[in-house]
Amino acid sequence: MIEFDHVHKRFGDHVVIDDLSLRVEDGEFFVLVGPSGSGKSTLLRTVNRLVHIDAGSVRIDGVDVATQAVETLRRGIGYAIQSVGLFPHRTVGENIATVPRLLGWPDRDIRARVDALLELLKLDEPGFANRYPDTLSGGQQQRVGVARALAARPRIVLMDEPFGALDPVTRESLQASLKAIQRDTATTILFVTHDMDEAFGLGHRVALMLDGKVAQVGTPLELIRHPVNERVREFVGGSRARLRELAVRCVRDSMRRGEVAGGDAIDGAASLQDALGAMLMQGRDRLPVLDAGQVAGAILLADLVASRE
Amino acid sequence: MSPRALPVIVLACIGLLAALAFPFLYVTPNRLLSGEPHSPHVVALALVWLLIVGLGVTPVSGSRGVVAVLAWGLIAGLPLLASMDARMLLLAAPPSARVPLGAGFWLMWLSASLLLLDRLRELRRAARMSGWITLVVALVGMGMAGAFDTLALAREFHAQRGPFMDALLTHLTLAATTLLVALVIGAPLGWWAWRTRRADGAVVGLLAFLQTVPSLALFALLIGPFAWLAHAWPALGALGFGGTGAAPAVFALVLYALLPVVRYTIAGLGAVPADARDAARGLGMSRLQLLSRVQLPLGWPVLLAGLRIVAVQTIGLAAVATLIGAGGLGRFVFLGIGQGANDMVMLGTLAIIALALAVDLLFQAMLALTERRS
Repeated sequence: MIEFDHVHKRFGDHVVIDDLSLRVEDGEFFVLVGPSGSGKSTLLRTVNRLVHIDAGSVRIDGVDVATQAVETLRRGIGYAIQSVGLFPHRTVGENIATVPRLLGWPDRDIRARVDALLELLKLDEPGFANRYPDTLSGGQQQRVGVARALAARPRIVLMDEPFGALDPVTRESLQASLKAIQRDTATTILFVTHDMDEAFGLGHRVALMLDGKVAQVGTPLELIRHPVNERVREFVGGSRARLRELAVRCVRDSMRRGEVAGGDAIDGAASLQDALGAMLMQGRDRLPVLDAGQVAGAILLADLVASRE
Repeated sequence: MSPRALPVIVLACIGLLAALAFPFLYVTPNRLLSGEPHSPHVVALALVWLLIVGLGVTPVSGSRGVVAVLAWGLIAGLPLLASMDARMLLLAAPPSARVPLGAGFWLMWLSASLLLLDRLRELRRAARMSGWITLVVALVGMGMAGAFDTLALAREFHAQRGPFMDALLTHLTLAATTLLVALVIGAPLGWWAWRTRRADGAVVGLLAFLQTVPSLALFALLIGPFAWLAHAWPALGALGFGGTGAAPAVFALVLYALLPVVRYTIAGLGAVPADARDAARGLGMSRLQLLSRVQLPLGWPVLLAGLRIVAVQTIGLAAVATLIGAGGLGRFVFLGIGQGANDMVMLGTLAIIALALAVDLLFQAMLALTERRS
């Protein structure tokens, strides 16, 4: 659990974080989203004290981070950034092993952990651990960056626009990997992005930050359906908010069980956006839905269009 | 004619001119008086240089290799040739007579060296290194076997052998001490200047100003304060600390060495990617761990390149340090000038150049090793 309690931060005369309070629960995938200069990266960096706050407090499990030895604090928190920042003179394996080494793990445990992480992040081709960062693609580098952040099994991981510099296909694949890892390990992730689709796609809860304040915090659906003011509505997407809603809702919840339809079936776990795409591709207004491999019903275009609370 | 052949043609023309217009060697009645010029091989040497000009103008297959072999042969052969001439000339001369090398010899030797440098540059490192190493081995081997003993330079060396070895050792000690002290002071200073950013300009500015003070003036300026220090604290004086000697010499040499050490430390730290630094701090490295695990390994090649410059510069500057009693190879240069003994001047100068080249090679080898590892 991370608590921000009346946090203030200014750089010179410019207020970056303005009396901000927020609570991130254990095991939560929490996304800070907002335009450049909204203070989201600064807020993230207050957790591992790369930024020192002027007033208020940041607590992890009730303990003020300012009271802990800064290196101990940081070694307990995973950290991944947009530019990755791999050490160019070290191999992939050595990069991943950074924090376990700092913590003095035995060599055998480190080797086992590195192997496990390479597999987890789909980097387990032979000899990969011995390659140097400059021989990797951007996507591979960021996978190594994420592995390095997870290496010492931290309960909290901070990620500052980790996928911001990647092409869309690579980004989607990494998002899927990260989502699965977070679900399986129940790690608390605090994730910063300026990409609204990424925020809604990844976050259990999302905080929209504007001018150093939290404009609104809630689940993706809450932000889409009930923006608290005009600025939030604008950022959430205005008229396109409905498209985003389709992206975060799943077919299974909107299907009509027992209904029959022709065409290629769609999986129940897919999003409504995927369903809409499939209908457009096939030129149909209803598609069969698979649940646990069996056709269990159908999804109707009319339901997508009409579906409101 | 390709542009790459141009250096070959120019250097060969200089060699040709040297063979035709300048004396190969002299015969003097003793080591101080000047004497008669002798150029016994004008035609043969001129033909060799003409051949090289020809190979440069009309490149046939393999002509580059022939030029390299000819240059190698000239560098090794010219001293041998001069030494054999000297043997003949000395047969009919009194025992005090000497045979110093003339401008023609030196110009040809320099041209041949530059030719070999130019030809070997295109080759791979291993071939290049073997070219130079075989040459050094050949020259040193012949020298040790006494092949050059009839030349005035070798006789000067034999007459001064004891003092020469002392001076060489002193010179090396002065340079090594300077390098070490400059590194111990300069690297932390550079780190501090880099970290505080604002101090950067002030520190580098001050050191750059120091660099503009002429070395002779700086050595002279230090005599007063150091003499006073030794007088005020007799304990320092007892340790050999005084207005003259090694202490003020090293002090002055360190002042000159600091600018490059600080500059290259800052450059080395700047060579570390900012995102790697941010990640290292975010993952929980202490300042010391950041320095030893990230900044030093990544910045070390840059710092080493700086130390190479400092080492060569210090070996040159240390020649002047002899004027305040610090000793070193400069002693032969200034003593020789005072006595009018040109061979003595030459002995000191050649030794300083050879030492600088050797140290330069050593640092190049270290740089090559660090590059291979990373």
